[in-house]
Amino acid sequence: MNGITASCIIADHAVRKNGKLVFEDRHADLPGFLLSVYQHFGLNYPRFFKMDNLSKLGWLAVEILLKDSFRKADHEAGQVGIVLMNAHSSLDTDLKYFESAKDIPSPSLFVYTLPNIMIGEICIRHQFKGEGVFFISEEFDAGHFVRYTGGLLDADVLQVCIGGWVDLLDSEYKAALFLIEKEVLPVEGGQSRPFDVLAKENIEKIFRGEKGRTKEE
Amino acid sequence: MTDVFIVSDNILSPLGRTTAANFSQLAKGMSGVKKQVDTKMSAQPFYASLFDREDRFMTDDGGATQTAAGSPGEYTRFERLLIASVRDAVQTGGIDTRDPKMILIVSSTKGNIDLLGTMDKGERDLFKKRVALYTSADLVAEYFGFVNPPVVVSTACISGIAAVLTGMRFIRSGRYETAVIAGADTVSRFVLSGFQSFQAISPGHCKPFDLARDGINLGEGAGTLVLSSREKYSGGIKILSGSISNDANHLSAPSRTGAELCASITNALRGGGLSASDVDFISAHGTATIYNDEMEAKALTLSNLQSVPVNSLKGYYGHTLGAAGLIETIISVQSLKKDLVLPTLGFEEMGVTDPLNICTGLLSAPLKNCLKTASGFGGCNAALVFSKQ
Repeated sequence: MNGITASCIIADHAVRKNGKLVFEDRHADLPGFLLSVYQHFGLNYPRFFKMDNLSKLGWLAVEILLKDSFRKADHEAGQVGIVLMNAHSSLDTDLKYFESAKDIPSPSLFVYTLPNIMIGEICIRHQFKGEGVFFISEEFDAGHFVRYTGGLLDADVLQVCIGGWVDLLDSEYKAALFLIEKEVLPVEGGQSRPFDVLAKENIEKIFRGEKGRTKEE
Repeated sequence: MTDVFIVSDNILSPLGRTTAANFSQLAKGMSGVKKQVDTKMSAQPFYASLFDREDRFMTDDGGATQTAAGSPGEYTRFERLLIASVRDAVQTGGIDTRDPKMILIVSSTKGNIDLLGTMDKGERDLFKKRVALYTSADLVAEYFGFVNPPVVVSTACISGIAAVLTGMRFIRSGRYETAVIAGADTVSRFVLSGFQSFQAISPGHCKPFDLARDGINLGEGAGTLVLSSREKYSGGIKILSGSISNDANHLSAPSRTGAELCASITNALRGGGLSASDVDFISAHGTATIYNDEMEAKALTLSNLQSVPVNSLKGYYGHTLGAAGLIETIISVQSLKKDLVLPTLGFEEMGVTDPLNICTGLLSAPLKNCLKTASGFGGCNAALVFSKQ
């Protein structure tokens, strides 16, 4: 059976890991808040400062999601993949690039005008080489997310899938990421639990900030 | 495993409005890439494959008054392109788009990005919704009466292949029986200036895999592929398998070794029950940048595919971004049906360190299995395998 091993939500100036509030900074603006999350968790990654806000948000959420919850050495690089979704694609940076391009277009800004660049940043950080795909949806579609990731795990395309929602535009933002792992332990009675029914409701709950279930709780 | 068949398809490009018209132009060696003078897009002339600026792709505007923004009252150029392509594919396939077991999947990188220059950003909420890809997908779904909410894939230059793969998986899961997969992108100042800033645009016609290659041409177009598991389509070309990987190396430069694209190819072949020797021809990404083509040559060589005939279609279409994977897959499906591999327009002299068997003239041969590859920004790679029965 596939299981949600951990979750991380960054929204409303707060960071929650597995449903528990782990950091809060009510006073900073968005860039300031992202920086204070980076500093609070003692992260040290110079590339962070080159990223656009969307990549920073997704990257931070993955760092906190995986911290103490994931043993990279247990998995092959090609077996770890990333499935992300959001509503506004890279519009936050598109608008900045569009303004800057009136003078001299900047390649370092242009590269962030694709939402899947965030997947690239996460893969570079952790050397994940499995499937990465980005979907655009007006709202977080937990059903599609669960079916898609569940399908990848069931078909042995991946053993581990990191994914969920990372959306950011102007000062509005939300990241809700899940660590989903394929478990090979036999389930009692030989019947595996239907991942998509159980997990969809659970994932929706966690997404809304209600108490959900992860293996670590 | 459920078999997934191609029911029908369409390519809408500056070269033609149907798949047949496109293939026939390509077989004659025609290219959509021309010198363009359009100061709204670029102060300097540039080479690209563009539609006539006045081309509206469709004559009716029915249903468009309910756009999310309320005010524009009509489909954008990007949406009209998508609708026109989907319409031809569903009509030629005799598809009822109100079928509850059907899903629409849309593939694009930048969709309505050209609205950034035209819309009043004062109405921020309307604007951000109108420019969003999900709005375009909803409008297309609404136009055709699709019952299920559409899915949008936006994963840089592998979007088209990722969308086909998503459709194949949806059908295999049993949730849907038919998937209509449509991809489109237009060329805007936004995208052109970005690639120019990378110095990635060729000053002339692009030359994939050639010694003198010097960058890409951009192109506009749409492609639609209809897939189904239904028995009545079982004589058609089968989508066998596909795979996606990430380089985990650099955002805008491809892998130095090609190992990750090779992993995608290996997984796709294994998933289709094939080995390298079963591949009859390859439709490569072949953007004609120094680094992409070099990486692809390495990946194909690592995959033991260096002697298999390979082409790049970028010389005909330019790089159509979110449509490229679809358009190039659809042309390759025609190649399978006609036993005819198209040449790589623009290629003259081997310009990659690991030499490939680049197709330089029309190649007539019995063809059964085709491999399609793509790679893009963010380090993504994709491979798709399809087969004639």
